[in-house]
Amino acid sequence: MSEKRHKGRFLTIFFSVICVLYVLPIVVILINSFKKKAYISKDPFSIPSEKTFIGFENYVNGIEKTQFLSSLFWSVFITVGSVVLIILCTSMCAWYIVRSDSKFCRVLYYVFVFSMIVPFQMVMFTLSKTADTLSLSTPWGIILVYLGFGAGLAVFMFSGFVKSVPVEIEEAAMIDGCSPIKTYFSIVFPILKPTCISVAILETMWIFNDYLLPYLVLDIRKYKTVPIAIQYLKGGYGSIDMGAMMAMLVLSIIPIIIFYLSLQKYIIKGVAAGAVKG
Amino acid sequence: MNRSVRKYFSIFLLPTFLAFILGFVIPFITGLYLSFCKFTTVRDAKFIGLSNYIKMFSDNTFLHSLWYTSLFTVFAVVTINVIAFSIALLLTRNIKGTNIFRTVFFMPNLIGGIVLGYIWQLIFNGILLYFDKTLTFSASYGFFGLLILLNWQQIGYMMIIYIAGISNIPPDVIEAAKIDGATNFQILKKVTIPMVMPSVTISVFLTLTNSFKLFDQNLALTAGEPSGKSEMLALNIYNTFYGRAGFEGVGQAKAVIFFIIVALVALLQLYFTRRKEVQA
Repeated sequence: MSEKRHKGRFLTIFFSVICVLYVLPIVVILINSFKKKAYISKDPFSIPSEKTFIGFENYVNGIEKTQFLSSLFWSVFITVGSVVLIILCTSMCAWYIVRSDSKFCRVLYYVFVFSMIVPFQMVMFTLSKTADTLSLSTPWGIILVYLGFGAGLAVFMFSGFVKSVPVEIEEAAMIDGCSPIKTYFSIVFPILKPTCISVAILETMWIFNDYLLPYLVLDIRKYKTVPIAIQYLKGGYGSIDMGAMMAMLVLSIIPIIIFYLSLQKYIIKGVAAGAVKG
Repeated sequence: MNRSVRKYFSIFLLPTFLAFILGFVIPFITGLYLSFCKFTTVRDAKFIGLSNYIKMFSDNTFLHSLWYTSLFTVFAVVTINVIAFSIALLLTRNIKGTNIFRTVFFMPNLIGGIVLGYIWQLIFNGILLYFDKTLTFSASYGFFGLLILLNWQQIGYMMIIYIAGISNIPPDVIEAAKIDGATNFQILKKVTIPMVMPSVTISVFLTLTNSFKLFDQNLALTAGEPSGKSEMLALNIYNTFYGRAGFEGVGQAKAVIFFIIVALVALLQLYFTRRKEVQA
């Protein structure tokens, strides 16, 4: 027994060391964000000295250069809008597909599943042209694009869950005179809550970090998202303002870490549940 | 029930259906068609048969990136899954601090590819500074750099999937094996691994498609430098489209082949790992 306890303690120490190493890259970025830009590439692993310390100047400079705050606003706006719309529309769609059980719906379901494995490069040109023609190059428009392109995974996950919900409760409600809409919102939707959380987390992780789709679809002179703003710092000819870059990397990680630590329990459970269903 | 539900087509199905037609079906079909055309916008497309496909295979950058991507995918799938599974095995043994470890390992997964790319660019260039080199010195630096980056990002996610799989194994199965005198290694090989095959299926599927379709991380870390030698398929297609005037058709043809490869590999993998799944 004591040998086992010994092993446990060894593993705890072992993983503690690995965890420290795991967060080290982020710590290095944080440290460098307070250095003068000329010293960052030259010596990234040293602690800022009096000579190299610059305070928050990189942050001020970077925020100005990239209009970071407006990018963050649009990123959050697009992510929240798309995720809410995806959850509402695709869960209704999935329920309809499973319950109406027509030939058309069965075919449609397979097209949704098929869309999950199609890489974005296959449709990037035609999708951005379609969005352009329909004047969807705004943060409001791109929400519809995300509903369309992100529907596959969401419909797939919701359908999987709806199939496991017994149909008798819904039938009873409808016999008692509930319309399908009322039945859906008062009975089905509350049962779907765990799947909603899984879908919401997966789609949030995708949309908030997505670079190419918004870059091609949005009118980027007016609207940038966080990944676009970061990539924009690289500028032409490969020259990078390293100071501003470090500061913006830190600023783009902070909201994610806050989001993660406050919803950590749901995120890990949601990912695990989503994977088991898939 | 079916019939009364069907009347509500326009409320339940129509919004998603229309968005899906616009956001996927139309772009997919026109994309397929345009791969047989010469075009700069959708309207001026002229049908030219298979010549985009012929041009594509005489394009050395495409064949190079196909090879580079395939090799990378093999390395990434093996390393990520082996490491994630090992961590999951150790973290399901009730050791102290498990929750903190899980939280830390999963965290990089939420950071976007562009941000990850620039984080690691600084780290790798900082280390290579001691050897007077940079990340873009050779394509193999970019290769292993990207491999470490992707491991750092995805191990946590796959670990969560494996932990879910391992904790789903009924304890009496393992108990029974122990009573029969099985060694730890035998239990792992004959009980644990077969029982977590559903998790293996999904993890391998995710790592396989993610690494094959990798774009953001590649763009931010090396952007294909030196001279396109560390360019993966997705980036190669993007550069053909938007970097070379007159090559839009070839770019679209490459995208079609890319799609076919991803679909075939994913389906084959699902078929083979699904066959290995067992019931308790």
